[in-house]
Amino acid sequence: MSDLILLRHRDIPGLNQLKTYIANGGFETWKNVVTALKPDDVLNEVKNSGLRGRGGAGFPTGVKWSFLPKTIWPHYVVCNADESEPGTFKDRELMEFNPYQFLEGMMIASYAVEAHDAYIYFRGEFAEIERKIDERIDELTSKGYLGDNLFGTSYSLRIHTHLGAGAYICGEETALLESIEGRMGQPRLRPPFPAVAGLFDKPTVINNVETLANLPYILAKGAECFRENGTPKSPGTKIFSLSGRVKNPGNYELPLGSTFRELIFKHGGGILNDAKIKAIMPAGASSTLIPATEEMLDIPMEYEATSAVGAPLGSASVIVLDETVNVSRLVNSTVHFFKHESCGKCTPCREGTYWMSHITERIESGKASKEDIDLLQTVASQMQNKCFCALGEFSIMAVLSGITHFRADFEARLEK
Amino acid sequence: MSLLKKYPTEIEHILAKYPPEQKQSAVMPLLHLAQLKTGFVSRADIDELTGITGLSATEIATVIGYYTLYHDAPGGKIRIQVCTDVACDLRGAKDYLRSVCQSLGIKPGEITSDGMVEIEEVKCLAACDRAPLFQSQIGDEMEYHENQTPEKTLDWIKSMTASLAKTGEGGNHE
Repeated sequence: MSDLILLRHRDIPGLNQLKTYIANGGFETWKNVVTALKPDDVLNEVKNSGLRGRGGAGFPTGVKWSFLPKTIWPHYVVCNADESEPGTFKDRELMEFNPYQFLEGMMIASYAVEAHDAYIYFRGEFAEIERKIDERIDELTSKGYLGDNLFGTSYSLRIHTHLGAGAYICGEETALLESIEGRMGQPRLRPPFPAVAGLFDKPTVINNVETLANLPYILAKGAECFRENGTPKSPGTKIFSLSGRVKNPGNYELPLGSTFRELIFKHGGGILNDAKIKAIMPAGASSTLIPATEEMLDIPMEYEATSAVGAPLGSASVIVLDETVNVSRLVNSTVHFFKHESCGKCTPCREGTYWMSHITERIESGKASKEDIDLLQTVASQMQNKCFCALGEFSIMAVLSGITHFRADFEARLEK
Repeated sequence: MSLLKKYPTEIEHILAKYPPEQKQSAVMPLLHLAQLKTGFVSRADIDELTGITGLSATEIATVIGYYTLYHDAPGGKIRIQVCTDVACDLRGAKDYLRSVCQSLGIKPGEITSDGMVEIEEVKCLAACDRAPLFQSQIGDEMEYHENQTPEKTLDWIKSMTASLAKTGEGGNHE
């Protein structure tokens, strides 16, 4: 028997058809939640489960919900389906192949915070996925799972979709809200936090697709059962998106706390052409580069352990580098990505990513001197802790760790 | 033809998603709608959208300029978007893009001289495990093409170009 909870569709063919989902217990939990539980019961169960946000920050979901003041109404739930981190492709699989579990989770979250309108924010490239989810929402409304007076109660819920148009920064939750409100996706100053003044200036919960997809399981089986997977501080399973120089790239659902070694060598089949592994980026392009020593390969992939080695787990999009990869080329690629995606609001990020891209490009084209490596390091260091949002801070992760651990790769590119 | 005449039910449906006092929220879906068949947002569309959303033409142009996927000029009939970000690059996406471009005789961001094919270098498409890949857009049809080689892609372009020429369909130009 397989232990898949989130990627259950791999065991149950056709789970993205409503009748199959219902035949496998789908929406029973939703009905039970609405008819038999109080919103606070749901919230407490999720708090007890210890579920942490799967979008990157790892903040406890139930605690996040509890910040919404009961004096300001209406409340909104917004799902962050902006999956844009290079190396991350888990939400796409969930929305395509297990969409009802995700939607049921979103409905449960809405009930818990007493929201009657909820929005899903898709990245613009997911136009087809949005279209299909729209159809499914209509289908659920016609079957009485969404809409007014659900199951004869006074509770009503509508889910709306909103399509972005190609801006990585909209995965940052306040930029995402700006985007729904019809403006450029630039982050907002906090406080006030979205929990108090979010969408349309009202209390708002913003959760990632994968986070929400965990909720039907937690409410059906209970917090204790959810905690049987993972570690006490990072409970549950997690989808790891594995890419880069591995034999079998793809999504793997494993208990949090599994090691890099298990993911890369047991599940991922090891390195392409049996080359030697060089480094790991655990959180996509936003990662610190971890040199793949034997010791590092045995680090458990959970929020505390990876942070302890200076490489937050983020969305757990594990990009693997082998000995054939030159880190200078890789850093040039990540820096160009962040330069393109910088929203331009704050100076350190806008100017920093611009100047870093000039230096990395110079190094890559073989026209740089040794001083340019130091200059790159200096520019990156000057950005540290000075950017308005996390994007700017992410842009220097690969640069600084790359120079620290793999300086020779940069030197190999210098003018001869 | 005005957008309201062309898409009356779609526009009504979009506006219904947001609270009545938050009409400006509809601007992004309305822009997607405006360029759905034509591939770009025209000046006349912008003027019409000011009336629907309550935003000024400048505010709407700002949104068009800020987001990568809105276009203010016609593109190629077949739009090809290739991701070359770090995870895809590790599986050869940059070399793949260079080779496809060379064969077509254009650079990323350019359109072939017959106006048929436009190739763009884009950011992560969330399919890193199946790189190299591209997303195609012909009219309002979008599709992912994964695990590509330059040969595979060029064959696909050839067959699409032939079938578009045969049916005389306008693709993004309609």
